[in-house]
Amino acid sequence: MSIFLTENSKVIVQGITGSEGRKHTQRMLASGTAVVGGVNPSKAGQTVDFDGTSVPVFGSVAEAMKETGADVTVVFVPPKFAKGAVVEAVDAGIGLCVVITEGIPVHDSTEFWAYAQGKSTRIIGPNCPGLISPGRSNAGIIPADITQAGKIGLVSKSGTLTYQMMYELRDIGFSTAIGIGGDPVIGTTHIDALQAFQDDPETEAIVMIGEIGGDAEERAADFIKANVTKPVVGYVAGFTAPEGKTMGHAGAIVSGSAGTAQAKKEALEAAGVKVGKTPSETARLMRELLGA
Amino acid sequence: MDLFEYQARDMFAAHGVPVLPGGVAETPEQAEAIARDIAGQVVVKAQVKVGGRGKAGGVKLADTPEEAKARATDILGLDIKGHITRQVMVAKASDIAEEYYFSYLLDRSNRTFLAMASVEGGMEIEEIAVTKPEALARIPVDASVGVDRAKAEEIVDAANFPAEVRDQVVEIAIKLWDVFSKEDATLVEVNPLAKAPDGTVLALDGKVTLDENAAFRQPGHDALEDAAAADPLEAAAKEKGLNYVKLEGEVGIIGNGAGLVMSTLDVVAYAGEEFGGVRPANFLDIGGGASAQVMADGLGIILGDAAVKSVFVNVFGGITSCDAVADGIVSALAILGDEATKPLVVRLDGNNVEEGRRILAEAAHPLVTVVDTMDGAARRAAELAAA
Repeated sequence: MSIFLTENSKVIVQGITGSEGRKHTQRMLASGTAVVGGVNPSKAGQTVDFDGTSVPVFGSVAEAMKETGADVTVVFVPPKFAKGAVVEAVDAGIGLCVVITEGIPVHDSTEFWAYAQGKSTRIIGPNCPGLISPGRSNAGIIPADITQAGKIGLVSKSGTLTYQMMYELRDIGFSTAIGIGGDPVIGTTHIDALQAFQDDPETEAIVMIGEIGGDAEERAADFIKANVTKPVVGYVAGFTAPEGKTMGHAGAIVSGSAGTAQAKKEALEAAGVKVGKTPSETARLMRELLGA
Repeated sequence: MDLFEYQARDMFAAHGVPVLPGGVAETPEQAEAIARDIAGQVVVKAQVKVGGRGKAGGVKLADTPEEAKARATDILGLDIKGHITRQVMVAKASDIAEEYYFSYLLDRSNRTFLAMASVEGGMEIEEIAVTKPEALARIPVDASVGVDRAKAEEIVDAANFPAEVRDQVVEIAIKLWDVFSKEDATLVEVNPLAKAPDGTVLALDGKVTLDENAAFRQPGHDALEDAAAADPLEAAAKEKGLNYVKLEGEVGIIGNGAGLVMSTLDVVAYAGEEFGGVRPANFLDIGGGASAQVMADGLGIILGDAAVKSVFVNVFGGITSCDAVADGIVSALAILGDEATKPLVVRLDGNNVEEGRRILAEAAHPLVTVVDTMDGAARRAAELAAA
């Protein structure tokens, strides 16, 4: 098993004809993902060719779902059009909407998240690398060839730290690795992923990566204490970040006493999570836990 | 981006929120002229993006234009908690009968917007929230609905505004929502929202934070940026489209991905403890692609920082594999030529790492040391910076 994304997932790409959409569709196909279509209203009826695989372009998410049975969409459209793309996906009732787009105004992401409440679409992102269930499916931009299938579940705010951890623990492998994004408002949280990993019989241990800003890690710590019985190791980035300076991700900012890495680390440790001082030490803690 | 008070005031006025007449001055003469236009008593206020300016002597009353000039002379140049005052706002002075508080903000924990209002204004809202939480109404605002009249009334009534100002505050609440939503703000705060002795309610001081991601649809926001305060290296990096933050240390940092770079800063700071407290000099995320030109631009900025003693290049080769990154580093050093003067410690990991390390070894640039692990490379960079 894996979470949110399986070998049966049928993936469409919103923005498949743009340069990023095209490049990453190619990579998703190469890693064995069933990419069954793309969406671009002005290019409906055309196809996009990828080394011998021809992917049809549909006029809308609803049409693509009807024709292909797609249940996952990956959004690459520019920030200006991202809210419209997500709302369209939610209206079509697709199960999973992975928003890769970086730089979406927070009013737009807060709106589309509010719009999706009580409807059937899970949103991951925005400004995230997506998720991968190695050997099965890859929805987003995570490089597939740095790891393999295995028994660790990984949830992270950061893309490259996700890759680093997948690579360090590649011999053990991952059930699913999911990058939830570093924006202030995101669709799927650490808690959502922790719950899913807890329920997934194939996941034996969990790595959780956080960073400064907000209180998501503190909330996740409370959740772990109450609900997670599988071993969790953690890592938090941003101990040296000064107050009031945004560190790359729109959400990575320490304001006042809130959102510091130290507070997050302490909250996680109080919940029984072993927290590494560096990514390498975190990987080592996971090895010790698994006796590997 | 945080606005100055006068910018927030102008934005309020543009959306119909009642404010007092006033203007911004960079010289005592300008302050005098504004005071003359206003006629009567004025208040001269330092424009700094930090609280506590009243206590620091940054807010003064003046009865005549000449006095306004003198007070502006006192305040301009004043250092308020490390912020140098470059502008003053001169506004009509108002007697205050009552002080209230009103704000809209992004509530990221609950992924919604939040209205906060209190009839106990004037002091720091954090203080009200702690000492008298019952006096602070907190009403969530559904992002897909916004604030209409009914919502504004709900907020105002929850905060128990007195009957004689209720309708005025409801009107202001609706207009402040316009500021919040139409300007893509993540914070709009009025403190105090004041009742004058004649019963008129006015926004006397305000804070606004704008979402920089919305710049593409807010063409006027660029002009609000405080170019004078920007660090020159940060300004140069911004011009090249680089995500750079200047810090107070000696080890220059380049990496790909915000999380990995933040992590790199931490690892360098830990390693630096061993070498007399050497610290990272900057945050620089060159993104997933890590092309030669971007690498050269990034190195150029970092080597332009006189405080930098060594540079740590920390790249994980995922989408762009390590051989391409190594080629990028070699080309970047060739582009920089004699401008590259400080030792570089490079750590590459990920796809095609062997080939990447081979390329760097073959190039054998005298400034470059390759270390296999992130922790080891951080240690070496710290050691070089301390040497």
